[in-house]
Amino acid sequence: MATQRLSALPPGRLRNALRKTLGRLPLHFVILGTCLLWSIPTVALLVSSFRDPTAIASSGWWNALFDPAQWTLTNYDNVLSARGMSDAFVNSLIISIPSTAFVILVAAFAAYAFAWMNFPFRNPIFLIVVALLVVPLQMTLIPILRLYSEVTIEGSIPIIGGNVFGIGSYPGLWLAHTAYGLPFAIFLLRNFFGALPRDLFESAHLDGASDLTVFFKIVLPLSIPAIAALAIFQFLWVWQDLLVALVLLGDPNLAPMTLQITNLVNSFGSNYQVLTAAAFLSMIVPLLIFFALQRYFVQGILAGSVKG
Amino acid sequence: MIGRAWWIPWLWLAPTLALLGVFLVYPSVDTIRRSFLDARSQEFVGLDNYEFIVDNPTPLAADTHAALLNNMLWLTVFTAVCVGLGLVMAVMTARVRYEAAAKAAIFVPMAISFVAVSVIWRFMYEIDADVGTVNAIFSELGKDPVAWLINTDAPQKPFVDVPPNDAPAPFQVNNFALIAVGVWNWTGFTLVILSAGLKSIPDDVMEAARVDGAGEWQIFRRITLPMMSPTIVVVTTTLVIQTLKTFDLVWVMTGGRFKTDVVATLFFKEAFLFRDFGVGAALAVVLMLFVVPIMLISIRRFQMQEEIR
Repeated sequence: MATQRLSALPPGRLRNALRKTLGRLPLHFVILGTCLLWSIPTVALLVSSFRDPTAIASSGWWNALFDPAQWTLTNYDNVLSARGMSDAFVNSLIISIPSTAFVILVAAFAAYAFAWMNFPFRNPIFLIVVALLVVPLQMTLIPILRLYSEVTIEGSIPIIGGNVFGIGSYPGLWLAHTAYGLPFAIFLLRNFFGALPRDLFESAHLDGASDLTVFFKIVLPLSIPAIAALAIFQFLWVWQDLLVALVLLGDPNLAPMTLQITNLVNSFGSNYQVLTAAAFLSMIVPLLIFFALQRYFVQGILAGSVKG
Repeated sequence: MIGRAWWIPWLWLAPTLALLGVFLVYPSVDTIRRSFLDARSQEFVGLDNYEFIVDNPTPLAADTHAALLNNMLWLTVFTAVCVGLGLVMAVMTARVRYEAAAKAAIFVPMAISFVAVSVIWRFMYEIDADVGTVNAIFSELGKDPVAWLINTDAPQKPFVDVPPNDAPAPFQVNNFALIAVGVWNWTGFTLVILSAGLKSIPDDVMEAARVDGAGEWQIFRRITLPMMSPTIVVVTTTLVIQTLKTFDLVWVMTGGRFKTDVVATLFFKEAFLFRDFGVGAALAVVLMLFVVPIMLISIRRFQMQEEIR
């Protein structure tokens, strides 16, 4: 069809179209080259996860591409049949979803206040929040553990399980992950909120809209690309976390996939084939989230609404 | 700004202030206090722990100078490459039809956990050219295989520790090899956020410039770059701060051996392996001090932004 359209054009336009296509070749070349370079390690991991254990240690992963005899599902079989793996998968979701939702909500409220409200010490407080980005997580764990041991409420929450609060509880872990995610989330959202045009707020306030209305009806819908990006990264960081879960949960029945995979690696020794398969299983959900949210990065959301 | 009761902003901030106070401010203050106490946090020792960092008395067990220098290397090289590459790819991918697929390909490493990243790259960097991808390419090019993570002249076997050589730490090849892994892992982050910033530039601005006959390079320099500058600042600041905290990658790849320690890994060793809480806390405080210049830059940018609004 493209050739048909091209041949219908007058010769001068055809030359222009051709030059345009050729001029774009370096663009495609650079993009595809970078994508290829970025994919090689992941492909290596994927191929290795389907290879025979003895083959992994003795020859390069690319050999498997030409030798189908090396292909096997044993590694995935070993990982999936390992005890508690499906429970750990559910636990990871129980930990990650609320932690992500809380961060977005709490940070969006704070970012709105920092961007569009006047109050004493606004900028110093914001800068302290940004400075908290640098606090190493490891540093906070011992004081938090000491604090939690005094406020732990024993018992069991229906369905999801675990203590009601403190050590060995999901709410305790949610709060910790939310707090750790807040500095980055507030920093990101405040900059996006602050970049929204001032007229938008003035006309809304003139129409008698309250802060809550402006927040939910104007600010949040306009910031969907930023919120989607934030949701992806917060979810990823919580999903990949090992350290916080290890220290604050304690109970193996509550453990997320990262903890379960680490245990698996320990019990299988340095058998990398198990780890490669487990790593791929743990990647599935973050990638699904990414693909699901990517469509929200659509062009011209802001332009459309300011005009309308 | 409209008139509000004085307490309204504080109500919007309350959950944030409570959470940050308990989980980040209180532990930080506690750490600053302990940085002036001895290894078991009992006796006041003044500035002894900070002197330890400056004097570097145990370079073999815990090389504080190498850790600080390595952190500076991460700060500059890693940040510059990630932001530069992310920006270029965000602008370039926005102009092709397979934008979503291209961004996904670069984003995928973000979804891989650090444990898996370490496995995959130890295979990539494997000294045996029959197994390690990078060295396989090197031997195809007729070069000798390189021990990317170890960097010493001593004879090597795969995954075996050897003592460090005397090269100045930040210029060792293994630090650059680690930074390459970091870039591979984090460019998806800069790309996705910069791309979101690019999308929020109204279409009509670009259209108007094109109608006025502006070239693509001019549009990039005069419109895209200035309008994306808030996002670029966010991404750069986040990365700079992230590099100050670099921990997982170094920890799982080399454990900080062969002079690859950064401040956060050294902090972890001091606090949890050597059980010297004083020095560990002092290292954490040094990390926090690094942020001061970043904060000063942020303040200036803030004041400028406020004047514009």
